[in-house]
Parts: sequence; structure tokens; C-alpha cells
Amino acid sequence: MLKRNVPLLITGLIGVFLIVANFFPSLSAMSEDFTVFFGIIAAMAFVLGGGSLLKVHLKKISDRNAGWAYSLIVLGTFAITLAVGLLKIGVPPNPGFPDKPWSGSVNADGTAFEWIYEYALKPLSATMFAMLAFYIASAAFRAFRAKNIEAILLLGTAFIILLGRTFAGYYLTGWIPIDGPFSGLRIEELSVYIMQVFNTAGSRAIIIGIALGIASTSLKILMGLDRSYLGGGN
Amino acid sequence: MNVHQTSWRAGRGLRRIALATIALFAAPSFAMAAPPAPTNVEASDVTGDSGGQAIVTWSAPANAADITGFQVWRSETSGETAARNASERTAALAAAEAQAFENEQKRLVDVEGLSPEEAAPQSRAVARQAAIGLARTPDALTVTETGPHGTHWLLVDTVSPNVDSLVVSKLDPTTSYTFIVYSVAPDASGRPERSAASEPSNAVEPVAAVLNLYRLPLLIILLALCGVVLLFILLARRGMPLKIRTIAGLAAVDEAVGRATEMGRPMLYINGIQDMDDLQTVAGVTVLGRVAKTAAEYDAKIEVPTSRSLVMSAARETVQASYLTAGRSDSYNPDLIYYVTDEQFGFTAYVSGLIVRDRPAACFYMGAFFAESLILAETGNSVGAIQIAGTAMPSQLPFFVAACDYTLIGEEFFAASAYLSGQPDQLGSLKGQDLGKILVGVVLIVLVTLATIAAVTGSEQIESLVSTIKTVILGG
Amino acid sequence: MSMVDRLANIDRRWIFLMMGLAVAVPIIYIGITGKTLPEQPTPLAQAAFDELDKLPPGSRILLAWDFDPASEGELGPMATSFVRQCCQRGHRMYFLTLWPVGTQMIQKTASLVIDGFYPDLEYGTDWVDLGFKAGNEAVIKTIATDFGQMFPNDSRGTPIESIPMMDGIVSISSFDAIVNVSAGYPGSKEWVLYAATPYKKPLLVGCTGVQAPQMYPYVPLQVQGLLGAIKGAAEYESVVNAWVRRDTVETLLEEAGVDGADAGTLTKDFFDDPEKLKSWLAEPAAGGLTEAKRASLVQAVQGVEPGIFLEAQRRMGPQLVAHLLMIALILAGNAVYFVTRRRGGAR
Repeated sequence: MLKRNVPLLITGLIGVFLIVANFFPSLSAMSEDFTVFFGIIAAMAFVLGGGSLLKVHLKKISDRNAGWAYSLIVLGTFAITLAVGLLKIGVPPNPGFPDKPWSGSVNADGTAFEWIYEYALKPLSATMFAMLAFYIASAAFRAFRAKNIEAILLLGTAFIILLGRTFAGYYLTGWIPIDGPFSGLRIEELSVYIMQVFNTAGSRAIIIGIALGIASTSLKILMGLDRSYLGGGN
Repeated sequence: MNVHQTSWRAGRGLRRIALATIALFAAPSFAMAAPPAPTNVEASDVTGDSGGQAIVTWSAPANAADITGFQVWRSETSGETAARNASERTAALAAAEAQAFENEQKRLVDVEGLSPEEAAPQSRAVARQAAIGLARTPDALTVTETGPHGTHWLLVDTVSPNVDSLVVSKLDPTTSYTFIVYSVAPDASGRPERSAASEPSNAVEPVAAVLNLYRLPLLIILLALCGVVLLFILLARRGMPLKIRTIAGLAAVDEAVGRATEMGRPMLYINGIQDMDDLQTVAGVTVLGRVAKTAAEYDAKIEVPTSRSLVMSAARETVQASYLTAGRSDSYNPDLIYYVTDEQFGFTAYVSGLIVRDRPAACFYMGAFFAESLILAETGNSVGAIQIAGTAMPSQLPFFVAACDYTLIGEEFFAASAYLSGQPDQLGSLKGQDLGKILVGVVLIVLVTLATIAAVTGSEQIESLVSTIKTVILGG
Repeated sequence: MSMVDRLANIDRRWIFLMMGLAVAVPIIYIGITGKTLPEQPTPLAQAAFDELDKLPPGSRILLAWDFDPASEGELGPMATSFVRQCCQRGHRMYFLTLWPVGTQMIQKTASLVIDGFYPDLEYGTDWVDLGFKAGNEAVIKTIATDFGQMFPNDSRGTPIESIPMMDGIVSISSFDAIVNVSAGYPGSKEWVLYAATPYKKPLLVGCTGVQAPQMYPYVPLQVQGLLGAIKGAAEYESVVNAWVRRDTVETLLEEAGVDGADAGTLTKDFFDDPEKLKSWLAEPAAGGLTEAKRASLVQAVQGVEPGIFLEAQRRMGPQLVAHLLMIALILAGNAVYFVTRRRGGAR
């Protein structure tokens, strides 16, 4: 009972306080403190997270599960990055404090940490991101079906946008005079129009719905009507 | 904007006349004189705000015909002074170090005959020692230079010549500020020239009001929207019949879990990549509770890799409670809910790999997603998993719709908790939310109609009405 | 197994391979041959060119480079082309930035275009790098009336009084046009609101694809030319490149003593039929040209455009093929869908 009620009480009180603080400026400094508290709690939770990471991968290694060598790599790179960052390896002192060897920033140019970021993390992230192009192609092949009128409209719009952003758009409708009354029918002009009008209108409607959903969910959580995030639900 | 342009042109015209007059009658020394400084510079706090704003007013000097603008400057805070001193100190040290390096390098190369590459390490060491020496010399790096009235000032903004006040924002509500104003006018050669600094204003502390009046409209909107939600919750408690349409994505949860059980393969649940302070993550944890309960009933294995430690903790609590509710607390394994990494694409790489290796029978993506949405959903699709997604990220919805079997779009995702619980309280809140939507729609239609009428008829009254409503609603 | 069945059950790795090829082949092909797709400028790109073109040589152009390395892939090529047009036209260029890392972007464009292709342009006389100034739109508002207040020195620390081309620069009004390449805030919108509109200065904007929809409403009254993302850059680049070639040939012909009007006609002839250039070079009229100038003439008519001035058009190659592949895949997917559905219906 206590385990359930105390978190509910904390959520309700602090939530209401944060809303009220929005209108009473003298309370806003305190509301900023709560944001800092969240950062501190999240940092503490990272110990849990790091522990969980170690446990999962050490277990994989000791059990010689399939792919255990990858776990070894995970733990190895984790340890190296942690050491490089914590020990400030290769960090020159801050020019303002040349006699304090640890005064420099770990992100400064030419440090080992920056090297890891620049030559390992960035290319790896870019690779993962670039894979999107492949997945978009396979999703387009599989999912984009002209099943009904709406889907056909969607398909037509997609073609206009895809063509409008390349030379093909010009090639197909370049014969329409650019300063004539029908210039709006040129594919490149149409694609701009679609993005500017239809796309914006549609996403605004979704965003308004989402905003109301967020407001009502927050209200339920603050009032303790929705306690499912604490486990179990009722 | 129009007013501004007119005044600019008038300024230019007057300037020409003034210059001509000067050329005809005035002594040369008068033509070279700097413009007169503004007078009566006063500062006061903006009342009814959330603090951090002050209003500065001044009087334009008497013979101000050719003034092209005013510059408003404010005093530094102690923090800004400290930061400026620190950066000047750093720059002085860096310069001293560079100079020492250059001298030593020159000496080693020219006198000792070393090659520049050989000399560099020693030169660097000497330069560093020189910087250390300087840093330890008392008073060697004290900054002495100051501005008008013996203190440093920071430029706030430049305003047109026809303006005589400025609201300065982004100030620290706990610090006291003074202001000075310069007038700017072209000199004889047409270059802008600043006047002497005005007398400093009185000191003002931009304190916060008890109640921020500028946010009152927001408070009213908030109360109206929350009010309808509360009203319907109350009505629901009193027994008002409520119906909710079937949300296919949520109805399919049982099917997905059942299939995983039949196939004897695990299920994968991804709670987005944001932390617990994002409401989408909270909504995702809610749905997880339900999925885990069904999984516990069917005795299916559910794996939850998370990209935030806090989410891992919350998910463990939820899943444990679900197993308990299902009466299967002995089957609960906390090791299946684990933290991977905060790094977006690191997490994506891990989950994609996991999907390919473990070939889960069902994948759930519930929470805040970014560019990884399609990578995950397509990988899941490639192993033939039944996939259900829910997110309120408008830019990612098309990807989930394309690659998943069911998608909870935006508000459906937030409605999941109410839908799954089936309690009247919760369903009432959904009804209230619908009424809120109608309210927003009505306001939208009315204002768009008004703005359109204003644009078509060019009526200034309607236009000013629209802009007043806009400032009132969006103000503060 | 029929063709349709095979397509329906295609291993997605084939699609991945196709997409890989659709991107890689154009990159490699364009890299080797240097050939790019022809671009037809939209009115917005053409307007950007015309605005700088109609100003007389020696006009003062303020170039605000408000972007960073992250958006350089999208914005770098248009920045290069803007500078190229200014250099060729003989405008005086004043670079500045409101983004801290914008200084690197200025240096990069300057070293690529000015140092690489217009080495006779002199720093301080033909172009100046005023560097970064913190303060976002307050900087624009201040230089609108008093330029020297915000920029007492250039980025190298030289006081502006000792920079010849800064003579007469007192405020935004001293410039003839503003060019802004922007990746966000502060950027295009701020230049429209605080500089170009109140002081009625022509403003040319190059921005990322995400920003472009926000900028369209300002065209054509407040923004005279707008380049959206790499597509806009490619269009503008093709206009600038074609013009630079013609302009180079015309200048060389005029140097050889051909009358201005005739030089124009001859230039057109040369581009229509490069053979005519060969025969013209043998004529006595070409006698006034040195060997080196003859070589430059042939180069200007027939030579390959340097790679850096084709970057935007090159990037359009993979984009075109990838988009066409997407359309083909969608059509193929639908064909499979309809055939299978018809079969299902017949059964």
C-alpha cells in the first residue's frame, strides 16, 4: 500500500506545484530545481544501467552464449571510453590554468576522447543512419499499395514529391511555360505546394490531437486516476 | 514596420537639410562635434511579469534631427564580470605562451642549429613554463581597462531614432542593473558616430510579480481544457454510458502474444529512446504493463532492452507487478529488462542485431522514436514478426504505418491506458478530451474566418482584433 | 514459380543491393566522367542569379554565412556558387557570420573559390572576412545603423579603418545586396525581419530543405531569390556555371579586339558549335590573342568545369536515380499486388 501511495503522492504534489509555479514566478526557481533533481536521479540510475549492462554481457561471456565475443567487444570499448574520459587522457591543460594538468576540457580538440568521437562514434552513427535509404526502398516496395482511393491519392502525391525533387520533374513537365497561367502544374512547383499546404495542414491536425492527449494523460497521472505506469494498473 | 521606414526616410531628408545648413552657416568645429547624448535615462521594472524584464526610457537630445538610432547598454552582472576577466586572463596567457614558443623556437633553430621539428618539444616545454610563471605572478593579469562611468557595459540593442523606450529582457531577477544610452548620428563624412554616454539610469532589479498576469490567458485555457476532462470523469462516475471505438492496435495485443506463445519464440518490447520525463515513455510503460500481463498469462518470454536507465527501472517495476497480477510472479525474470546505451544509433544497432539473431515473433514499439523507427520496424518485418507501434512523433508515424501491422497514431497511443483499463474514470477522460478538441476546433474556425475577413476586406478594426487575440493567447 | 511469385517473395537484400547501386553507380559514374544531369532553373534560382547579375561590378555584397559543418553538405555548394558569381562579376564581398563555427565555413569557401580560382582578388580590397559576432538578431539590428560598432576589426584583427574596402561602410544601407546562407536560427528569417525588409535591400537566401517552407511566403517582395536545399543549389549552380563560361569567352574576345556586340554573337556561336571556335582561331581576327589566352578560350568553351563548381549537380545524380528506383519499386509492388489479388478473386 505504502509502496503505491507514496509515489502517487509525490507525483501529484510535485506535478501540481510545477503547474502552479508556471503562473507564480516566485516559485519558478524551485521548479527549476526539480528539473535538476531529475538529472541527478537519472545520473544515479545510470549506475543501475551500467550494472545491468555489465551483468548481461558478463553472463553472456561466461555462458559462452552465441555471439559472446561481441559482448567482449562491448565491455572492452565501454571500459576504454570510460577510462579515456574519466582520466582525461591526452587532455592539455586549460590555457587559463597552465599549471593544473587536469584543468582542460575532455572535448577539446586533439584529445583521445575527441578522437574516439570523431573517428569511431561519428562514422558508426552515420553508417546506421545511412541504412535508412535501404529500408525506405524495401518498405516502399512492400507497403505502398493502391488498395483504395485514399491510398491512390497518397501514391500520386508521393510520386509528385519524389519526381519534383529531381531533374525528372523538369523533364516531364518542362514544356509548361514557366511564366504562364499553368506554371503551377509543373511538377517541381506542385511538390512545393503539396509540402507547404497539405502536408502542413495534416501534421498540424495530428499535433493538436497529440497535445490534447498529453494534457489529458498528464491530468490523469497527476490525479492518480492513471497509475498503470507504476505497474499493474488497478 | 511602415512607420519605421517613413521615419528613416524623414531622417535622411532632415539630415541632408541639416548638413546643408551646417555647410552654409556653421563653424567647422560644430560640424565635427559628436551628436548630443540622450538625457533622462530611467529604468523601471516591468510589473506583472515573471521577472527578468526592465523597461528603459530616455529623452532624445534637443537638436536631434540627424540621429539615426539609439544604442542601449546595460551594466554587467558579477558573473559576467568574472567570465570576462577569466577569458581575458586566458587570452593573455595563451598569447604569452605563443610568444614564448616563438622566441624559443627561433633561438633553438637560429642559434643552436636544430631543425624546427627537433626544437618543437623543448620550445613547447619552455612556453608552458612561461605561461605557468605568468599565471603565478600576482597582479600580472589584472584587467584594468573600463568603460564610461568607470565600469563595463554590455550592448543590449539598437533602436530606431523615433523610439524612446526599450523593454530589456533575459535579465537576472536577483541582480540590480543600470543602463546608459548613446545616440548615433552620421559625422561630417557620413560615418556613424556615437555620442558621449548618457548619465547612467537609476538601478533597477527586474523582480518577478507574485502572479504572472501575462500568462492568465494560458491559465484560463488550461482550466477550460482540464475542466471538461474532469467534468466527464465525474459524469462517468455517476453512470453516464460511455462507448469507445475499438482500437485495432490494442485489440491485436492478445493475438500477438498468442502467436509468440504458439511459435515458442520471444517477444520484443521497445519503449522508445527518451527518458521517463517524456510522456510518451510513460504511455509506453503503461502499454508494457498490459502486454507483460498477457505474456505472463500465456507464459511467453518478453525481452525489454531500454535506452535509458530510469526507463529500465520503471519497466522492471511494471513488469513485475504485471506478473504478480497474473499470479505468475515466479516466472518474472528482471534480467530480460536491461539497459543498452543512451546513444541513439548504438541502441538501434543493438536492437536490429537482436531482432535478426533471436527472430522474435512479435515486436512492440511504444514511445518516442526518431530516425531509428524505420530501421527497427523494417528489420522486425524481415524476420516475419507481427508488429505493433505507437508513437506521438508526427514525423515517424508514416514509417511505422508502412512497416508495422498496427500503429497507434498520436492520441490513440495516449488513449491506450484508458482503453485497456476500461474503467469509467478513464473512459470519461477520453470523452472530455474529445470535447476539448471541439473547443479547439471552434476557436480555430472563428479566428481563421476573422483573419480571412480582415485580409479580404482590409478592415483595420478586424485586423487589430485578430492581433489582439493573438497577443492575448500567445502572450507571456 | 511465375515471375510475379518470384517478385512477391523477393529477398529484400536484392532491393538493398539495387538501392546501393542506385546511389553508388551515379556517384562513381559522375566522379569518373564528370558528367552531370542538366538542370533547368526554377524562377527562384534564376531570380537569385539575376539579382546579383544586374548589379554593376564593384557593388558591395554582404555575405552572411550562418551555417555549420553539420549542414555543410546541404549548403556548402550554394555558398561556393554565390561566391563564384560575385568573384566573376567583380563584386566586393563582405563575409560575416552569426554562428560561432560559421568562421570555418567562410574560410572554407574563401580558400576554395577565391584562393583557388580568383587568386588576383586582393584581401581588403575585393573581399574581407569580418568573422563571427555573438548576439544573434541584436547584431543585425545594430549593424543596420552602425556597422563599425559590431565589427571594429576583421577576423584577422585588422581595424576596419585600415581596410580599404571598408571605407564608406557605415550601415546596412551601404550595401547593395545581402546574401544569406542559413541552417536555422539566427538566419534567413532574422535577416528578412531586421535588415532586408526595413532597409529595402535585395536579399538572396539559401537554406536547408526543412527551412524552405518557412521562407516561401517572403518571396518575392522581401526575399528576391531563394535556393532550397541541394536541388535549389544545383539549379543556381548550373546558371552560374553557364554564365561564367560565356562571360569568360566574351571577356577574352573583347580583349582580342572584337566589338562587344560581336563578342556576344560569336560566343553564342562557339557554344552552339565548338568547331566554329577552331576556324575562328585560324582567322586574322584572333591574332591579338596570346597563346595563353587562346588556350583559356578553348578551355572556357570546351574544357571541363572544376569539380567544386559541380558539387550540387553531382549530388542530384544519386538523388534522381534513387528516387526513380523508389518509384519503380512502388510500381512493381503494386503490380504484384494487383496480379495476386486478381488470381485470388478468380479462385
